[in-house]
Amino acid sequence: MMTHDIVVVGGGPAGMAAAVAAFDAGCRDVVILDREPQLGGILRQCIHNGFGLHKLGTELTGPEYAAVYAKKVEERGIRTYLETTVTRVTEDKVVTAQNREGLLKIQAKAVILSMGCRERSRGALNISGTRPAGVYSAGTAQKLMNCEGFMPGKKVVILGSGDIGLIMARRMTLEGAKVEAVCELMPYSGGLKRNIVQCLQDFGIPLYLSTTVAKIHGEKRLEGVTIAQVDENRQIMESTARYIPCDTLLLSVGLIPENELSREAGVPLSPITSGPLVDENRQTQIPGIFACGNVAQVHDLVDYVSDEAELAGAGAAAYAAGKTATAEALQTVPGNGVRYVLPQFVHRGQDVSLFMRVTEPLGKVRFTVKSGQTVLATAVRPQVAPGEMERINLKSQALDMAVAPITVSLEVVE
Amino acid sequence: MKKELTCIICPRGCSLVVDTETMTVTGNNCARGVKYGIEEATHPVRTVTSILRVANRCDSMVSVKTAAPIAKEDMFQAMEVIRATQVNAPIAIGDVLIANVCGTDIVATKDIR
Repeated sequence: MMTHDIVVVGGGPAGMAAAVAAFDAGCRDVVILDREPQLGGILRQCIHNGFGLHKLGTELTGPEYAAVYAKKVEERGIRTYLETTVTRVTEDKVVTAQNREGLLKIQAKAVILSMGCRERSRGALNISGTRPAGVYSAGTAQKLMNCEGFMPGKKVVILGSGDIGLIMARRMTLEGAKVEAVCELMPYSGGLKRNIVQCLQDFGIPLYLSTTVAKIHGEKRLEGVTIAQVDENRQIMESTARYIPCDTLLLSVGLIPENELSREAGVPLSPITSGPLVDENRQTQIPGIFACGNVAQVHDLVDYVSDEAELAGAGAAAYAAGKTATAEALQTVPGNGVRYVLPQFVHRGQDVSLFMRVTEPLGKVRFTVKSGQTVLATAVRPQVAPGEMERINLKSQALDMAVAPITVSLEVVE
Repeated sequence: MKKELTCIICPRGCSLVVDTETMTVTGNNCARGVKYGIEEATHPVRTVTSILRVANRCDSMVSVKTAAPIAKEDMFQAMEVIRATQVNAPIAIGDVLIANVCGTDIVATKDIR
Protein backbone atom coordinates (compact mmCIF):
# COMPACT_ATOMS: atom_id res chain seq x y z
CA MET A 1 0.00 0.00 0.00
CA MET A 2 1.20 3.52 -0.84
CA THR A 3 1.44 6.06 1.95
CA HIS A 4 0.98 9.82 1.89
CA ASP A 5 0.69 12.26 4.78
CA ILE A 6 -2.40 14.01 3.40
CA VAL A 7 -4.78 12.81 0.70
CA VAL A 8 -7.16 15.42 -0.71
CA VAL A 9 -10.27 13.96 -2.34
CA GLY A 10 -11.35 16.34 -5.11
CA GLY A 11 -9.31 18.96 -6.99
CA GLY A 12 -11.83 21.78 -7.25
CA PRO A 13 -11.39 25.13 -5.52
CA ALA A 14 -11.66 23.59 -2.04
CA GLY A 15 -9.22 20.75 -2.70
CA MET A 16 -6.63 22.99 -4.36
CA ALA A 17 -6.70 25.64 -1.62
CA ALA A 18 -6.61 22.97 1.09
CA ALA A 19 -3.61 21.23 -0.47
CA VAL A 20 -1.75 24.51 -0.87
CA ALA A 21 -2.51 25.51 2.73
CA ALA A 22 -1.38 22.10 4.03
CA PHE A 23 1.87 22.41 2.10
CA ASP A 24 2.42 25.96 3.36
CA ALA A 25 1.79 24.75 6.92
CA GLY A 26 4.78 22.44 6.52
CA CYS A 27 3.37 19.19 5.13
CA ARG A 28 5.51 18.15 2.16
CA ASP A 29 3.61 14.98 1.28
CA VAL A 30 0.18 16.12 0.08
CA VAL A 31 -1.56 14.57 -2.92
CA ILE A 32 -4.77 15.55 -4.73
CA LEU A 33 -7.03 12.95 -6.36
CA ASP A 34 -9.63 14.07 -8.93
CA ARG A 35 -11.81 12.21 -11.41
CA GLU A 36 -11.53 14.91 -14.11
CA PRO A 37 -8.54 15.29 -16.47
CA GLN A 38 -7.77 18.76 -15.06
CA LEU A 39 -7.82 20.50 -11.71
CA GLY A 40 -10.45 23.20 -11.19
CA GLY A 41 -13.68 21.31 -10.65
CA ILE A 42 -16.88 23.15 -11.43
CA LEU A 43 -15.03 26.47 -11.89
CA ARG A 44 -13.94 25.34 -15.36
CA GLN A 45 -17.52 25.63 -16.61
CA CYS A 46 -18.29 28.86 -14.70
CA ILE A 47 -17.00 31.16 -17.42
CA HIS A 48 -18.79 34.23 -16.01
CA ASN A 49 -16.95 36.86 -14.01
CA GLY A 50 -17.35 37.88 -10.38
CA PHE A 51 -14.90 35.50 -8.74
CA GLY A 52 -12.00 36.55 -6.56
CA LEU A 53 -13.01 40.09 -5.55
CA HIS A 54 -12.86 39.18 -1.88
CA LYS A 55 -10.00 36.66 -1.85
CA LEU A 56 -7.70 37.92 -4.57
CA GLY A 57 -8.71 41.59 -4.78
CA THR A 58 -9.45 41.34 -8.48
CA GLU A 59 -12.44 40.25 -10.52
CA LEU A 60 -11.87 37.00 -12.39
CA THR A 61 -13.85 34.42 -14.32
CA GLY A 62 -14.16 30.87 -12.96
CA PRO A 63 -11.45 29.32 -15.16
CA GLU A 64 -9.07 32.17 -14.24
CA TYR A 65 -9.73 31.71 -10.53
CA ALA A 66 -9.09 27.97 -10.90
CA ALA A 67 -5.87 28.68 -12.80
CA VAL A 68 -4.56 30.86 -9.95
CA TYR A 69 -4.84 27.92 -7.56
CA ALA A 70 -3.72 25.28 -10.09
CA LYS A 71 -0.54 27.33 -10.48
CA LYS A 72 -0.02 27.41 -6.71
CA VAL A 73 -0.41 23.61 -6.65
CA GLU A 74 2.07 23.21 -9.51
CA GLU A 75 4.62 25.65 -8.04
CA ARG A 76 4.73 23.64 -4.82
CA GLY A 77 5.18 20.38 -6.68
CA ILE A 78 2.05 18.96 -5.08
CA ARG A 79 1.37 15.61 -6.77
CA THR A 80 -1.99 15.24 -8.49
CA TYR A 81 -3.61 12.02 -9.61
CA LEU A 82 -6.07 13.05 -12.34
CA GLU A 83 -8.74 10.93 -14.04
CA THR A 84 -8.65 9.06 -10.76
CA THR A 85 -11.91 8.28 -9.01
CA VAL A 86 -11.93 7.72 -5.28
CA THR A 87 -14.24 4.82 -4.53
CA ARG A 88 -13.74 4.48 -0.81
CA VAL A 89 -12.41 6.26 2.27
CA THR A 90 -12.26 4.36 5.54
CA GLU A 91 -12.35 5.48 9.13
CA ASP A 92 -8.66 4.55 9.52
CA LYS A 93 -7.87 6.76 6.52
CA VAL A 94 -7.22 4.25 3.78
CA VAL A 95 -8.22 5.81 0.46
CA THR A 96 -9.08 3.52 -2.45
CA ALA A 97 -9.20 4.94 -5.97
CA GLN A 98 -9.13 3.70 -9.51
CA ASN A 99 -7.68 5.02 -12.74
CA ARG A 100 -6.24 3.66 -16.01
CA GLU A 101 -3.29 2.10 -14.20
CA GLY A 102 -5.66 0.11 -12.00
CA LEU A 103 -6.46 0.26 -8.35
CA LEU A 104 -4.71 2.61 -5.91
CA LYS A 105 -4.68 2.10 -2.19
CA ILE A 106 -3.23 4.87 -0.06
CA GLN A 107 -2.75 4.89 3.69
CA ALA A 108 -3.00 8.55 4.71
CA LYS A 109 -2.30 10.23 8.04
CA ALA A 110 -5.04 12.77 7.30
CA VAL A 111 -7.75 12.96 4.62
CA ILE A 112 -9.40 16.13 3.32
CA LEU A 113 -12.86 15.64 1.82
CA SER A 114 -13.53 18.26 -0.87
CA MET A 115 -15.88 16.55 -3.29
CA GLY A 116 -18.26 19.47 -3.77
CA CYS A 117 -21.91 19.07 -4.74
CA ARG A 118 -24.22 17.41 -7.19
CA GLU A 119 -27.34 19.06 -8.53
CA ARG A 120 -30.77 18.02 -7.37
CA SER A 121 -32.44 16.40 -10.37
CA ARG A 122 -35.94 16.11 -11.80
CA GLY A 123 -36.45 12.83 -9.96
CA ALA A 124 -36.37 14.66 -6.62
CA LEU A 125 -39.17 17.04 -7.62
CA ASN A 126 -42.07 14.79 -8.65
CA ILE A 127 -43.06 16.97 -11.62
CA SER A 128 -45.87 15.25 -13.45
CA GLY A 129 -45.98 14.70 -17.19
CA THR A 130 -43.86 12.95 -19.80
CA ARG A 131 -40.12 12.33 -19.86
CA PRO A 132 -38.92 13.99 -23.08
CA ALA A 133 -35.43 15.14 -24.04
CA GLY A 134 -34.72 18.80 -23.28
CA VAL A 135 -34.92 18.72 -19.49
CA TYR A 136 -31.49 19.52 -18.05
CA SER A 137 -30.08 20.44 -14.70
CA ALA A 138 -28.73 23.98 -15.06
CA GLY A 139 -25.15 22.89 -14.37
CA THR A 140 -25.31 20.20 -17.04
CA ALA A 141 -26.52 22.76 -19.56
CA GLN A 142 -23.70 25.05 -18.40
CA LYS A 143 -21.10 22.35 -19.01
CA LEU A 144 -22.55 21.48 -22.43
CA MET A 145 -22.48 25.13 -23.51
CA ASN A 146 -19.28 26.37 -21.97
CA CYS A 147 -17.00 23.35 -22.20
CA GLU A 148 -18.36 21.48 -25.20
CA GLY A 149 -19.87 24.30 -27.27
CA PHE A 150 -23.25 22.59 -27.50
CA MET A 151 -26.39 24.71 -27.33
CA PRO A 152 -29.07 22.85 -25.34
CA GLY A 153 -32.08 24.62 -26.87
CA LYS A 154 -33.70 27.78 -28.19
CA LYS A 155 -36.79 28.46 -26.13
CA VAL A 156 -36.20 28.04 -22.45
CA VAL A 157 -38.00 27.95 -19.11
CA ILE A 158 -35.89 27.84 -15.95
CA LEU A 159 -37.20 26.38 -12.70
CA GLY A 160 -35.36 27.71 -9.67
CA SER A 161 -33.81 31.12 -9.16
CA GLY A 162 -30.60 30.02 -7.48
CA ASP A 163 -27.43 31.56 -8.87
CA ILE A 164 -26.77 28.83 -11.44
CA GLY A 165 -30.26 29.27 -12.90
CA LEU A 166 -29.84 33.04 -13.08
CA ILE A 167 -26.38 32.78 -14.65
CA MET A 168 -27.72 30.33 -17.24
CA ALA A 169 -30.66 32.62 -18.07
CA ARG A 170 -28.16 35.28 -19.10
CA ARG A 171 -25.80 32.86 -20.81
CA MET A 172 -28.51 31.31 -22.98
CA THR A 173 -29.94 34.73 -23.83
CA LEU A 174 -26.53 35.99 -24.95
CA GLU A 175 -26.18 32.91 -27.17
CA GLY A 176 -29.47 33.69 -28.88
CA ALA A 177 -32.01 31.62 -26.96
CA LYS A 178 -35.25 33.12 -25.69
CA VAL A 179 -35.67 32.61 -21.96
CA GLU A 180 -39.42 32.79 -21.44
CA ALA A 181 -39.49 32.69 -17.65
CA VAL A 182 -37.65 31.91 -14.47
CA CYS A 183 -40.00 30.28 -11.95
CA GLU A 184 -39.28 30.19 -8.23
CA LEU A 185 -41.28 28.04 -5.83
CA MET A 186 -40.46 30.23 -2.85
CA PRO A 187 -41.82 33.78 -2.42
CA TYR A 188 -38.23 35.08 -2.75
CA SER A 189 -35.23 34.29 -4.93
CA GLY A 190 -32.48 32.04 -3.64
CA GLY A 191 -29.89 33.85 -5.74
CA LEU A 192 -27.68 36.84 -5.08
CA LYS A 193 -29.37 40.19 -5.69
CA ARG A 194 -26.69 41.24 -8.13
CA ASN A 195 -27.48 38.21 -10.27
CA ILE A 196 -31.17 39.13 -10.39
CA VAL A 197 -30.09 42.53 -11.69
CA GLN A 198 -27.40 41.59 -14.18
CA CYS A 199 -28.81 38.25 -15.38
CA LEU A 200 -32.57 38.88 -15.48
CA GLN A 201 -33.35 42.60 -15.33
CA ASP A 202 -30.65 43.47 -17.89
CA PHE A 203 -32.42 41.23 -20.41
CA GLY A 204 -36.04 41.76 -19.40
CA ILE A 205 -36.44 38.11 -18.33
CA PRO A 206 -39.47 37.72 -16.04
CA LEU A 207 -39.04 36.13 -12.59
CA TYR A 208 -42.23 34.53 -11.29
CA LEU A 209 -42.14 33.99 -7.52
CA SER A 210 -44.30 31.40 -5.69
CA THR A 211 -44.55 29.66 -9.05
CA THR A 212 -43.51 26.20 -10.16
CA VAL A 213 -43.57 23.89 -13.15
CA ALA A 214 -46.70 21.78 -12.69
CA LYS A 215 -46.40 19.59 -15.76
CA ILE A 216 -43.95 18.67 -18.50
CA HIS A 217 -45.32 18.13 -22.04
CA GLY A 218 -43.85 16.46 -25.14
CA GLU A 219 -43.09 12.99 -26.42
CA LYS A 220 -39.60 12.84 -27.90
CA ARG A 221 -38.57 16.45 -27.28
CA LEU A 222 -39.96 18.86 -24.72
CA GLU A 223 -42.82 20.87 -26.26
CA GLY A 224 -43.86 23.01 -23.34
CA VAL A 225 -44.47 23.26 -19.63
CA THR A 226 -47.46 24.16 -17.53
CA ILE A 227 -46.51 26.64 -14.84
CA ALA A 228 -48.72 27.53 -11.90
CA GLN A 229 -48.62 29.58 -8.74
CA VAL A 230 -48.44 27.88 -5.37
CA ASP A 231 -50.21 28.78 -2.14
CA GLU A 232 -48.53 29.38 1.22
CA ASN A 233 -48.27 25.60 1.70
CA ARG A 234 -46.52 25.33 -1.67
CA GLN A 235 -49.51 23.51 -3.17
CA ILE A 236 -50.25 24.17 -6.82
CA MET A 237 -53.27 26.43 -7.44
CA GLU A 238 -54.89 24.86 -10.52
CA SER A 239 -56.73 28.06 -11.44
CA THR A 240 -53.43 29.85 -12.10
CA ALA A 241 -52.05 27.20 -14.49
CA ARG A 242 -50.84 28.37 -17.87
CA TYR A 243 -48.97 26.73 -20.73
CA ILE A 244 -45.63 28.01 -22.03
CA PRO A 245 -44.31 26.44 -25.24
CA CYS A 246 -40.57 25.70 -24.93
CA ASP A 247 -37.99 23.14 -26.04
CA THR A 248 -35.78 23.33 -22.97
CA LEU A 249 -36.35 23.25 -19.23
CA LEU A 250 -33.43 23.97 -16.93
CA LEU A 251 -33.64 22.89 -13.32
CA SER A 252 -31.74 24.99 -10.82
CA VAL A 253 -33.33 23.51 -7.74
CA GLY A 254 -30.57 23.08 -5.25
CA LEU A 255 -27.23 21.45 -4.65
CA ILE A 256 -26.63 18.31 -2.65
CA PRO A 257 -23.23 17.90 -1.00
CA GLU A 258 -21.71 14.73 -2.47
CA ASN A 259 -21.08 12.84 0.74
CA GLU A 260 -21.35 9.18 -0.28
CA LEU A 261 -17.67 8.65 0.57
CA SER A 262 -18.04 10.46 3.89
CA ARG A 263 -21.09 8.42 4.82
CA GLU A 264 -19.35 5.15 3.98
CA ALA A 265 -16.39 6.20 6.10
CA GLY A 266 -18.78 6.67 9.01
CA VAL A 267 -18.41 10.46 9.15
CA PRO A 268 -21.45 11.88 11.00
CA LEU A 269 -23.41 14.31 8.79
CA SER A 270 -25.70 17.21 9.62
CA PRO A 271 -29.28 16.69 8.45
CA ILE A 272 -29.51 20.42 7.72
CA THR A 273 -26.32 21.12 5.73
CA SER A 274 -26.13 17.50 4.44
CA GLY A 275 -22.41 17.90 5.09
CA PRO A 276 -20.15 16.54 7.82
CA LEU A 277 -20.32 18.00 11.31
CA VAL A 278 -17.03 19.89 11.65
CA ASP A 279 -15.03 21.96 14.12
CA GLU A 280 -13.28 25.29 13.53
CA ASN A 281 -10.47 23.52 11.63
CA ARG A 282 -13.10 21.69 9.55
CA GLN A 283 -12.18 18.41 11.20
CA THR A 284 -15.08 15.96 11.14
CA GLN A 285 -16.11 13.82 14.08
CA ILE A 286 -13.53 11.28 12.91
CA PRO A 287 -10.10 12.55 13.95
CA GLY A 288 -7.86 13.14 10.93
CA ILE A 289 -10.70 13.40 8.42
CA PHE A 290 -11.41 16.98 7.39
CA ALA A 291 -14.07 18.45 5.09
CA CYS A 292 -14.26 21.81 3.33
CA GLY A 293 -15.99 23.66 0.52
CA ASN A 294 -19.40 22.73 -0.83
CA VAL A 295 -19.20 19.20 0.55
CA ALA A 296 -19.38 20.74 4.04
CA GLN A 297 -21.89 23.51 3.30
CA VAL A 298 -23.13 25.08 0.08
CA HIS A 299 -21.31 28.39 -0.31
CA ASP A 300 -22.42 31.48 -2.26
CA LEU A 301 -18.91 32.45 -3.25
CA VAL A 302 -15.81 30.52 -4.21
CA ASP A 303 -13.75 33.08 -2.28
CA TYR A 304 -15.23 31.74 0.95
CA VAL A 305 -14.65 28.16 -0.21
CA SER A 306 -10.95 28.97 -0.50
CA ASP A 307 -10.95 30.54 2.97
CA GLU A 308 -12.61 27.50 4.47
CA ALA A 309 -10.29 25.10 2.65
CA GLU A 310 -7.27 26.90 4.10
CA LEU A 311 -8.55 26.12 7.59
CA ALA A 312 -8.91 22.45 6.66
CA GLY A 313 -5.48 22.34 5.01
CA ALA A 314 -3.71 23.85 8.01
CA GLY A 315 -5.69 21.62 10.36
CA ALA A 316 -4.83 18.49 8.42
CA ALA A 317 -1.14 19.45 8.32
CA ALA A 318 -1.12 19.87 12.10
CA TYR A 319 -2.88 16.54 12.55
CA ALA A 320 -0.49 14.75 10.19
CA ALA A 321 2.41 16.23 12.20
CA GLY A 322 0.97 14.66 15.33
CA LYS A 323 -0.54 17.80 16.84
CA THR A 324 -4.02 16.87 17.95
CA ALA A 325 -6.42 18.94 20.00
CA THR A 326 -7.52 17.33 23.23
CA ALA A 327 -9.55 20.21 24.60
CA GLU A 328 -13.28 19.84 25.01
CA ALA A 329 -15.37 21.05 22.08
CA LEU A 330 -18.34 23.38 22.50
CA GLN A 331 -21.37 22.75 20.34
CA THR A 332 -22.94 25.54 18.26
CA VAL A 333 -26.70 25.56 17.87
CA PRO A 334 -28.98 27.56 15.54
CA GLY A 335 -31.55 29.60 17.47
CA ASN A 336 -34.46 31.80 16.37
CA GLY A 337 -34.36 32.67 12.66
CA VAL A 338 -31.13 30.76 11.96
CA ARG A 339 -31.21 27.57 9.87
CA TYR A 340 -27.74 26.29 10.66
CA VAL A 341 -24.40 27.32 12.12
CA LEU A 342 -21.06 25.98 10.89
CA PRO A 343 -18.69 24.92 12.45
CA GLN A 344 -20.97 22.80 14.60
CA PHE A 345 -18.18 22.40 17.18
CA VAL A 346 -15.57 24.91 18.35
CA HIS A 347 -12.56 24.68 20.65
CA ARG A 348 -11.43 27.50 22.91
CA GLY A 349 -8.06 29.15 22.39
CA GLN A 350 -8.44 31.05 19.11
CA ASP A 351 -10.68 33.47 17.22
CA VAL A 352 -13.40 31.60 15.33
CA SER A 353 -15.69 32.66 12.48
CA LEU A 354 -19.22 31.31 12.61
CA PHE A 355 -21.05 30.89 9.30
CA MET A 356 -24.80 30.67 9.07
CA ARG A 357 -27.90 31.01 6.94
CA VAL A 358 -31.16 32.58 8.01
CA THR A 359 -34.54 30.90 7.60
CA GLU A 360 -36.33 33.74 5.77
CA PRO A 361 -35.57 37.11 4.17
CA LEU A 362 -35.78 39.98 6.67
CA GLY A 363 -34.82 43.63 6.89
CA LYS A 364 -32.50 44.90 9.59
CA VAL A 365 -31.65 42.23 12.15
CA ARG A 366 -29.36 41.78 15.12
CA PHE A 367 -27.58 38.45 15.56
CA THR A 368 -26.77 37.44 19.12
CA VAL A 369 -24.25 34.74 19.95
CA LYS A 370 -24.95 33.48 23.43
CA SER A 371 -23.75 30.79 25.77
CA GLY A 372 -26.18 30.32 28.62
CA GLN A 373 -27.01 33.90 29.62
CA THR A 374 -23.63 35.28 28.48
CA VAL A 375 -23.61 37.29 25.24
CA LEU A 376 -20.41 36.43 23.36
CA ALA A 377 -20.95 38.62 20.30
CA THR A 378 -23.61 40.60 18.45
CA ALA A 379 -23.78 41.74 14.86
CA VAL A 380 -26.27 43.97 13.04
CA ARG A 381 -27.03 43.44 9.33
CA PRO A 382 -29.09 45.88 7.22
CA GLN A 383 -30.89 42.96 5.53
CA VAL A 384 -30.60 39.18 5.39
CA ALA A 385 -31.78 36.41 3.07
CA PRO A 386 -31.41 32.62 3.02
CA GLY A 387 -29.47 32.93 -0.24
CA GLU A 388 -26.72 34.96 1.41
CA MET A 389 -24.45 33.33 3.96
CA GLU A 390 -23.72 35.36 7.08
CA ARG A 391 -20.48 35.39 9.05
CA ILE A 392 -19.91 36.43 12.65
CA ASN A 393 -16.44 36.56 14.16
CA LEU A 394 -16.00 35.33 17.69
CA LYS A 395 -12.97 36.55 19.59
CA SER A 396 -10.88 34.08 21.56
CA GLN A 397 -11.60 36.05 24.75
CA ALA A 398 -15.35 35.77 24.11
CA LEU A 399 -15.04 32.06 23.47
CA ASP A 400 -13.26 31.64 26.80
CA MET A 401 -16.46 32.80 28.55
CA ALA A 402 -18.55 30.16 26.81
CA VAL A 403 -20.04 27.03 28.28
CA ALA A 404 -21.66 24.63 25.83
CA PRO A 405 -23.79 25.09 23.85
CA ILE A 406 -23.30 28.33 21.90
CA THR A 407 -26.56 29.57 20.37
CA VAL A 408 -26.87 32.01 17.47
CA SER A 409 -30.24 33.69 17.07
CA LEU A 410 -31.57 36.81 15.43
CA GLU A 411 -34.16 39.44 16.16
CA VAL A 412 -35.62 42.08 13.89
CA VAL A 413 -34.62 45.62 14.86
CA GLU A 414 -36.16 48.92 13.80
CA MET B 1 -34.00 62.77 -10.56
CA LYS B 2 -33.32 59.93 -8.17
CA LYS B 3 -32.59 56.43 -9.44
CA GLU B 4 -32.76 53.36 -7.23
CA LEU B 5 -30.22 50.68 -8.12
CA THR B 6 -28.75 47.48 -6.76
CA CYS B 7 -24.97 47.53 -6.80
CA ILE B 8 -23.62 44.50 -8.71
CA ILE B 9 -19.93 44.95 -7.89
CA CYS B 10 -19.86 42.47 -5.02
CA PRO B 11 -22.23 39.92 -3.48
CA ARG B 12 -23.34 42.34 -0.80
CA GLY B 13 -25.69 43.94 -3.35
CA CYS B 14 -26.14 47.35 -1.68
CA SER B 15 -29.32 49.28 -2.49
CA LEU B 16 -28.13 52.55 -3.96
CA VAL B 17 -29.92 55.82 -4.58
CA VAL B 18 -28.28 57.97 -7.25
CA ASP B 19 -29.23 61.63 -7.51
CA THR B 20 -28.62 62.29 -11.21
CA GLU B 21 -28.63 66.08 -10.79
CA THR B 22 -26.00 66.36 -8.08
CA MET B 23 -24.33 63.06 -9.08
CA THR B 24 -24.28 61.83 -5.51
CA VAL B 25 -24.72 58.24 -4.39
CA THR B 26 -26.17 57.07 -1.08
CA GLY B 27 -26.74 53.61 0.34
CA ASN B 28 -23.31 52.34 -0.65
CA ASN B 29 -21.03 50.66 1.86
CA CYS B 30 -17.80 51.25 -0.05
CA ALA B 31 -16.22 53.56 -2.61
CA ARG B 32 -16.81 51.11 -5.46
CA GLY B 33 -20.54 51.70 -5.02
CA VAL B 34 -20.15 55.39 -5.86
CA LYS B 35 -18.35 54.62 -9.11
CA TYR B 36 -20.87 51.91 -10.02
CA GLY B 37 -23.87 54.08 -9.13
CA ILE B 38 -22.78 57.01 -11.26
CA GLU B 39 -21.74 54.79 -14.16
CA GLU B 40 -24.98 52.80 -14.01
CA ALA B 41 -27.10 55.95 -13.91
CA THR B 42 -25.30 57.61 -16.78
CA HIS B 43 -23.67 54.99 -18.97
CA PRO B 44 -24.08 51.37 -17.78
CA VAL B 45 -21.33 48.91 -18.69
CA ARG B 46 -20.98 45.12 -18.41
CA THR B 47 -18.23 42.55 -18.79
CA VAL B 48 -19.30 39.97 -21.38
CA THR B 49 -18.05 36.39 -21.10
CA SER B 50 -18.45 33.66 -23.69
CA ILE B 51 -16.53 30.94 -25.52
CA LEU B 52 -14.68 30.55 -28.81
CA ARG B 53 -14.28 27.34 -30.75
CA VAL B 54 -10.69 26.11 -30.96
CA ALA B 55 -10.30 24.91 -34.56
CA ASN B 56 -7.23 22.73 -34.07
CA ARG B 57 -8.43 20.85 -31.01
CA CYS B 58 -11.31 18.44 -31.14
CA ASP B 59 -14.13 19.13 -28.68
CA SER B 60 -12.35 22.13 -27.27
CA MET B 61 -13.74 25.51 -26.41
CA VAL B 62 -11.78 28.37 -24.91
CA SER B 63 -13.58 30.68 -22.49
CA VAL B 64 -13.17 34.42 -23.12
CA LYS B 65 -14.14 37.81 -21.70
CA THR B 66 -14.07 41.43 -22.70
CA ALA B 67 -10.79 42.82 -21.31
CA ALA B 68 -12.77 45.80 -19.97
CA PRO B 69 -16.50 46.26 -19.44
CA ILE B 70 -18.35 47.43 -22.55
CA ALA B 71 -21.48 49.55 -22.97
CA LYS B 72 -24.51 47.51 -21.93
CA GLU B 73 -26.26 48.12 -25.25
CA ASP B 74 -23.26 46.68 -27.14
CA MET B 75 -23.44 43.23 -25.49
CA PHE B 76 -25.19 41.48 -28.39
CA GLN B 77 -22.92 43.15 -30.94
CA ALA B 78 -19.89 41.74 -29.09
CA MET B 79 -21.54 38.32 -28.98
CA GLU B 80 -21.99 38.33 -32.76
CA VAL B 81 -18.29 38.96 -33.31
CA ILE B 82 -17.38 36.28 -30.77
CA ARG B 83 -19.69 33.71 -32.35
CA ALA B 84 -18.23 34.28 -35.80
CA THR B 85 -14.64 33.66 -34.68
CA GLN B 86 -12.54 30.51 -34.40
CA VAL B 87 -9.05 30.41 -32.94
CA ASN B 88 -6.10 28.02 -32.80
CA ALA B 89 -4.34 26.61 -29.76
CA PRO B 90 -2.01 26.93 -27.94
CA ILE B 91 -3.73 29.68 -26.01
CA ALA B 92 -2.74 31.20 -22.66
CA ILE B 93 -4.90 33.12 -20.20
CA GLY B 94 -4.82 36.80 -21.13
CA ASP B 95 -4.02 36.26 -24.85
CA VAL B 96 -5.88 38.73 -27.05
CA LEU B 97 -7.98 36.50 -29.29
CA ILE B 98 -10.02 39.21 -31.03
CA ALA B 99 -8.73 42.78 -31.02
CA ASN B 100 -10.89 45.87 -30.85
CA VAL B 101 -14.43 44.73 -30.20
CA CYS B 102 -16.78 47.45 -28.90
CA GLY B 103 -13.81 49.45 -27.67
CA THR B 104 -11.91 46.64 -25.98
CA ASP B 105 -10.31 43.26 -26.73
CA ILE B 106 -11.62 39.74 -26.31
CA VAL B 107 -9.10 37.85 -24.17
CA ALA B 108 -8.75 34.19 -23.20
CA THR B 109 -9.69 33.12 -19.67
CA LYS B 110 -8.48 29.51 -20.00
CA ASP B 111 -5.20 27.89 -21.04
CA ILE B 112 -5.51 25.50 -24.00
CA ARG B 113 -2.26 23.60 -24.54
